[in-house]
Amino acid sequence: MNLRHVEERCFKVLMIAATFIILGSLFAVIGVILVKGAGALSLSMITQTSKGGYYLGKEGGVLNAIVGSLYLAFGATATSLLVSLPIAFCLQREYVKARTANVVRLSLDVLWGVPSIIYGVFGFTIMLLLGLRASLLGGIVALTLLELPIMVRAIDEVLQMVPRELKEASYTLGATRYETMFKVVTRQILPGIISAIILAFGRGIGDAASILFTAGYTDHIPSSLLDPVASLPLAVFFQMGTPFPEVQERAYASALILLIIVLLLTVSSRLFSRRFAKFVIR
Amino acid sequence: MYHITIKGLNVSYGNHHVLKNVSLEIPRNKITVIIGPSGCGKTTLLKSLNRLLELQEGVRISGSVLVDDESVYDPKVDVTELRKKMGLLSQRPYPLPMSIFDNVAYGPRIHGTRKRKKLNEIVEKNLRAAGLWEEVKDRLKSPAASLSIGQQQRLCLARCLAVSPEIILCDEPTSALDPFSAQKIEETLSELKTDYTIVVVTHNLRRARRLADYVGFIFLGELIEHGGKKDIFENPKDERTRRYISGESYL
Repeated sequence: MNLRHVEERCFKVLMIAATFIILGSLFAVIGVILVKGAGALSLSMITQTSKGGYYLGKEGGVLNAIVGSLYLAFGATATSLLVSLPIAFCLQREYVKARTANVVRLSLDVLWGVPSIIYGVFGFTIMLLLGLRASLLGGIVALTLLELPIMVRAIDEVLQMVPRELKEASYTLGATRYETMFKVVTRQILPGIISAIILAFGRGIGDAASILFTAGYTDHIPSSLLDPVASLPLAVFFQMGTPFPEVQERAYASALILLIIVLLLTVSSRLFSRRFAKFVIR
Repeated sequence: MYHITIKGLNVSYGNHHVLKNVSLEIPRNKITVIIGPSGCGKTTLLKSLNRLLELQEGVRISGSVLVDDESVYDPKVDVTELRKKMGLLSQRPYPLPMSIFDNVAYGPRIHGTRKRKKLNEIVEKNLRAAGLWEEVKDRLKSPAASLSIGQQQRLCLARCLAVSPEIILCDEPTSALDPFSAQKIEETLSELKTDYTIVVVTHNLRRARRLADYVGFIFLGELIEHGGKKDIFENPKDERTRRYISGESYL
């Protein structure tokens, strides 16, 4: 066997091994959480809020954290989307020079790399200045800051792949830049926008550090934007930190709930985006 | 009277001087074919007519282009109205990422037609004009991307006709198509010239011979000569034209 064939074979083995590691760790994570948490997962976990003494092993559930996390993540993702689309469109050739756009892209990449605790501290400082306390609003703002760079860059990447000729086709019909962007380009990149939303949502719902100071924690479901709010990542953290094995088991159950939410959303968005993918021009 | 008059048009990208002092008159309701080797500025010439060129960075344009005696580059011109007047059929069809119906209705919609009944009429009329109606009438809601490439090009033609242009610019409109689809497009263009002024750019001489009423020959950014089809193909004045047409090397 000559050297080129050996090379070929080695590379193939390496590729398969790398893929296996990724798939393996996904299944390992799901497996561990299932084994440790499935026992503690009960109907009361997802239908009841935490009662007094919940963290000592008494009854109750994490409904407050489930609802809180959904409020926070949906709020932040919706806000990010509203801000991201105009930013991403603005970075295209129609609106700014390539050099300016690249400076903005670099800043966004830096922001992407900023640890989430920094956003938490930053948000907290701003809130102190404004005299706000830990609240749903504060949490949404901190998470929005965290999600923005991810979403803008993800949308920007798909926007840059839109063929120039497709935009020209719209312009030759007498369309303005606005019409071209919102009626043609947006439809072309809809599957990409959905991926960007999922990416940002996943990052947002799973983040603990940025909402630690900004959203606070509570046993109740918030009734206004200015109430503090619980969240699943922090519920996992607090329950895991107790010395009681039955409460620690509930931490795994809470993690399982978080995982299920993210999985459900990812799968449903895939199905959803397949419907739009048929229209995409290649 | 000429429909389009180009006078002393110069275009450059950065340091690359693409079109050199091009002057050309394009007659109304005829097919004018611009021939010349690839990369000599034919597409640039087309795109300078409907100001698509200025969307690119670092393009410098000077000289004048008059349509119906009005300057295209006049700052007072509404560029969307101008482009609406000039349809463009590109080399490879780029349907819009929507249904077949919406592709044709897109133009009329952005220009203010809202009524469903009116849109239905426009879509049917223009799909018929482009020779596509019979093939798609039962699946107007399916994605345009599901059509074959030949059908996509006819859809693009219908889309372009739907905004009632006066001029149709075609950039190698059949070069990506199979011979059968190409023939259909050519036949449709020949039928359309009674109502539209058509400018076709191509490096395919046989196609030029079949389609053209008038011919212009561009070589290395210069318009070498132009005139009636017979004059150019049978009695070219310039040595370079003669060589290009007879297929001799022009070196």
